[in-house]
Formats: sequence, C-alpha cells, structure tokens
Amino acid sequence: MGDDALLVELAGADAACSLALWARAHLSAREVVPGARSVLLDGLADPAGAAARLVALRDGPDWPDRRRVEDAGTAEDLVELSTVYDGADLDDVAGRWGCTVAEVVERHTATEFRVAFCGFAPGFAYLSGLPAAWAVGRHADPRTRVPAGAVALADTWCGVYPTASPGGWRLLGRTDAPLWDVTRPRPALLAPGTRVRFVVAR
Amino acid sequence: MTITVLDAGLLTTVQDRGRHGYAHLGVPRAGALDAAAAALANRLVGNRPDAALLETTMTGASFRAGRAVTLAVTGADCGVRVDGRAAPFAEPVSVRAGAVVVAGPARRGVRSYLALSGGLAVPVVLGSRSTDTLAWVGPPAVRTGDVLPLGPVTGAAAPSDVTVVRVPVGPLRVRRGPRDDWVSARAWEVLTGSAYAVSPDSDRVGMRLAGPALERLDRGELASEGIVLGAVQVPPSGLPLVFLHDHPVTGGYPVIGVVDPADLARCAQARPGDEIRFALR
Repeated sequence: MGDDALLVELAGADAACSLALWARAHLSAREVVPGARSVLLDGLADPAGAAARLVALRDGPDWPDRRRVEDAGTAEDLVELSTVYDGADLDDVAGRWGCTVAEVVERHTATEFRVAFCGFAPGFAYLSGLPAAWAVGRHADPRTRVPAGAVALADTWCGVYPTASPGGWRLLGRTDAPLWDVTRPRPALLAPGTRVRFVVAR
Repeated sequence: MTITVLDAGLLTTVQDRGRHGYAHLGVPRAGALDAAAAALANRLVGNRPDAALLETTMTGASFRAGRAVTLAVTGADCGVRVDGRAAPFAEPVSVRAGAVVVAGPARRGVRSYLALSGGLAVPVVLGSRSTDTLAWVGPPAVRTGDVLPLGPVTGAAAPSDVTVVRVPVGPLRVRRGPRDDWVSARAWEVLTGSAYAVSPDSDRVGMRLAGPALERLDRGELASEGIVLGAVQVPPSGLPLVFLHDHPVTGGYPVIGVVDPADLARCAQARPGDEIRFALR
C-alpha cells in the first residue's frame, strides 16, 4: 500500500488485534492500526523486511487466525465501566434479542469485551465479544446528538461515545468513565487489546 | 512574546509536521499539507524543522508582531507586506516589534506558510502543535483577534540556495492497491484517461474531484480498515477522492491506490476547478 505501508488481512477482529500487538512489539512502524479484519502498518522502516517476517509468521504456528499471539503486557488490563442502563433503545434491543430488558443488561454485563480497534473519533473503541446472533442494525436515521459516555450497539460491536456526536448506534445506557483525555500518558482509556467489562452502576 | 492575529482569513491553522503514533486511537496525523513549503519557511527563518507555523487558505492572513521577528512566507505564491510596504516572498524578512504583516491573497495555489523565528509556541497535544480539522485534536483554527505565543529563537535566519519549491506538474502518480480489484478494469482506464476537476468541497481531509465516476464491482461491504496519506478512495458515488493530512484513520470504502508522496503538494495547492489527472506508477 503506497511506498512504506502494508495492509495485512485477517479472519476477524480478535486476530487483527492480536497481530497489531505482535507488530507493535516486533516491527518498526510509525503507525500500527488494527481494523475490523486487517492491520495497517504505516511508515515502515523496512517494508520488505516486515513483509518477509509477516510471511514467516503466517506460515508458522503462531499466525493469529489459528492461534492467539501472546499479547503484550499492559494492553491486557481489564477495564470495568460502571454503566447506568437507561438507554433509549433498550426496549428495541430486547425486542431484537427476543428477551426482556433485564436480560439485555444481564447478557451485556456477562460479556467480556475486547477493544478490537478505534475509529470514528479519538478514543472511540469498537468492542468485540457479542455473538453474531445478537447483531443489531444501526438506525437508518442517525441521531443528531448522542451524549458523551453513551454505551451503544451496532452489528456485533459495542461502543462508548467519548464525546457527544451524531450517531446511529442503539443506545443501552451511559457511563461517566473518562474515556479520552489528551493530558494523560495513555489518552484513550480503551486502546486496542484492552479487555472491558460493563458493570451496573450502583 | 506573541503575535496578534488581525485577520485570520478563510481558514488559518497552526501546523507542524503532524501527530504521529496515535492513529490506532483514532487520531488523524494533521500537519502542513504542503510539507516541503512549510519546511522551507522554517529553514529560512532559522527554525527547527518541527517548528509550528501558520498555514493560510486562499485569502492569506495578517498579524501584528509583538516583538522583532524574522518571518518567511512560502507555499502558495502571494504578496507580502510589512507596514504597508512590499516585502519579498520566500525570503527571510526582519520586522520590528509592532509591525503589521499581511500575507496574501494567494495568486496561485491555495496554502501559504508563514514561519516566524522561534516558531509558534501553542501547547503541544499528543506530540504536535498541529490543528486537526477532522477530530479537532490540537489547537482550534486561528481566529481574528487571537494572540499566539512565540517560542525562543533557536537559530539564525538562513537565506537558502533553493527558495522556490516547485510544485510538481503532470498527473498524480498512483501506486495500485490495496483494493484495486474493487473497481472494474474499465474504471482504471477511466481514472488514468480522464480529466478531473478539483471540487469546491475539498479541504484538509481530502481533495474531492468532479468527473467521470469509476465503476465499482459488487464485492459486498468492506470491513473498516486503516487509511494512509494519499489514499485514493472510491465511495459509492464512484467519484475518487485523495485523502490529505486530516484524513480519518479508518474507512469502509475501498482504497484503490495511493498517490506518490512527492505529488501531495500538488493536491495541497490545487484550486477548485483545477484539472487533475492520474497516471500509474
């Protein structure tokens, strides 16, 4: 891709995230950007050398499509997000899942999510973990304003809006966790690889 | 010490070489669109290459210097006036404290760069002083009346042997991929055989184009994936666009090729209506 970038395709979000963590540890790239089924390696110091190492990894036992690559330490921190479940689309999601609102909350809090990738806005994390059967479509007409901290679903992704913005995701609730702060050494609370659990706010 | 902005013009932003290493968190790179012109302006006034300067758009901008300062204007060719008197373009110019400096409007091109000795010392956010107009990380766009801090002078002004940075002419050279097979073979003939016109809604995010649409092949939905600077993306309209420094970090429309980095200055300086052609590398 261009002069000094590679786009690596994988089977899914978790594999992409694992490969991104491997690339960060083993390759010299200015940017390592996981996507839904890919990892962009941009600004590679040695694109040909990186490609060769990726081919060797792909042909070996540790390619993340087959086996989870050993993850780099701190990215595996578990973040708990205290959440008030009062979202405008709770009933709607319950209808789609064929369960009660209480069961939506139960299922959501029982799921261990993982940040697959970020996009849309700084600190906006796409959390994987929901099964395909629970996929919900986006609103055809996005809301003009979704408040900061909104916890929402789209397809099998769960996301938390770091700042108020327009949005078409289905709203489950809200958290006041500080998701994005450029003055912190790690500005995004939810960076790729981070594990996330939602807990009901007391 | 500071400068006071008397007229911010159409869009003036603070830029340096951009914000690197945060794309995975959703932060665009930002940075001067015409990187070579910005580097020249900094060199002329004796700044480090990563000093922050002003990037103006079409109309130029004016300010009052709060201290004696050396300045240089590069990029889009424009008139430079200090206290009402003409001053040279793309050369170091010493001005007294209190001087009023007007740069612009651009005669050719779009973006002029105004470097001041010491650089603009706005706060560093995630490693850069650049304004990013997509996610608004970094300082807001410059407004009339703003007072911008200057940093300490780091070097002597250096008249340069090469004071004209030539914006490349000819077609934008494109390297195919990664999603070059998401459009038809005919689409590649159309892309490389047609004249496109720069669209008025082009901005720091991307150069949008009017012209013949490219035929997309039905390959379902593309999962969101990382985007690079200079990416040629084909949205459902079929009209290609070239992503510039404030591009989103990921996108769900196919990127069929990437423009040679050496040709990006051309995109930065292309005016609405200007003709753009593409050629394969």
